Amino acid sequence: MAMEGSALARKLAIVPAYNEAEAIARTVVEIRERAPDFDVLVVDDGSTDATAEQAMAAGATLVRLPVNQGIGGAMQTGYLYACQNDYDVAVQLDGDGQHDPRYLDGLLKRLVATPGVDMVVGSRFLDDDRGAFRSSAARRAGIRIFARVLSLITGQRVTDPTSGMRMTNRRAIHLFADDYPHDYPEVEAILLMHVHRLRCCEVPVRMRPRTTGESAISSWRSAYYMLKVLLAIAIGLCRRAPESRYVELSTTAGPSSLTTISG
Amino acid sequence: MSDVTQRVIAIAVSCGLLGLILELVRRKHLQERYALLWLLTSIMLLLLAAWKGLLTRLSSLVGIHYPPSALFAVALGLELALLLHFSLAVSRLSDNNKVLTQHLALLEQQVRRQGEQLSALSPTDSEDVAPEHHSGGLAPTEASEAQR
Repeated sequence: MAMEGSALARKLAIVPAYNEAEAIARTVVEIRERAPDFDVLVVDDGSTDATAEQAMAAGATLVRLPVNQGIGGAMQTGYLYACQNDYDVAVQLDGDGQHDPRYLDGLLKRLVATPGVDMVVGSRFLDDDRGAFRSSAARRAGIRIFARVLSLITGQRVTDPTSGMRMTNRRAIHLFADDYPHDYPEVEAILLMHVHRLRCCEVPVRMRPRTTGESAISSWRSAYYMLKVLLAIAIGLCRRAPESRYVELSTTAGPSSLTTISG
Repeated sequence: MSDVTQRVIAIAVSCGLLGLILELVRRKHLQERYALLWLLTSIMLLLLAAWKGLLTRLSSLVGIHYPPSALFAVALGLELALLLHFSLAVSRLSDNNKVLTQHLALLEQQVRRQGEQLSALSPTDSEDVAPEHHSGGLAPTEASEAQR
């Protein structure tokens, strides 16, 4: 736990990919160039194209799900890998190149420097720069609703709950390896952390429009997405009581070890 | 059609359903835990078919004036229970499926890594071993096919 900040900390970049053969190699190479401290793990979610071969050729470690499990199942596989291989820090990045790995350093600094924070999310909406890419107006409206709801529930400021660029420490890695939401996991993951008394914060980032392929959430499915996630939030609230093991974790290896690094 | 023929047909159909379910369980096509609700459903149907006064008494008890409606209500309730049961089973299966898939993928990665480490340790051997390994993997299936 106290390793996070040091150069010896084991750091993993998890890149879930489903039929991203055209973009995956570039994404992997970019992470390896711009964030050389991070091992790159590509979780191929049962792709039918050459995603796996491209990822391996680009120098990533590959975990290949034989059957498509959806983004939630793929992400969780990454966290399981991080758990099994004893990583101190994991960051998730999209396979389509929307996330610029140059921000990893900033995310890491924030994770290490802020005591008690278990996850740092890269937010597109924290800075007020209108020029940056922030997806369509309809989607922004949806994001704002989620942000409002989650801010109310967690009592923290959440501006970009759907951002897939997020860095986690050991406690959050273990939580996600054990339990991770299914279909559209980003929003629910923030709630899951809150339920288990883990804390997250945001740092401003800019994202790029995707270069290839299509977003997992097409516009006609947005309504379903909204409903499903709001239902998940409502039900998630009814499961407020955390399981005891995470409480133990938080009391034994919690903020104290983090403050020793930052201090 | 007389009242008696109606009852005979109803009893025959219910008996057939009950028999079918028992036979499916006997042949292990249907697991006991999924058969329980089906058994309950068919026994219920048989009771209602065989016991003449039951349906009328049941419907008057809950204030239904037309006895066949009570039959539909009972049937619908049992169907709903069955469907919910299936949804639970499907959810559990897909959860198990996810866990299995993830662990398989992680294991496969480990095997691949260990294979790479092995071939890195003995680079001369690996070239000889690799083709042998392939034929070794195929041999058992060929042998088993030959036996058939």
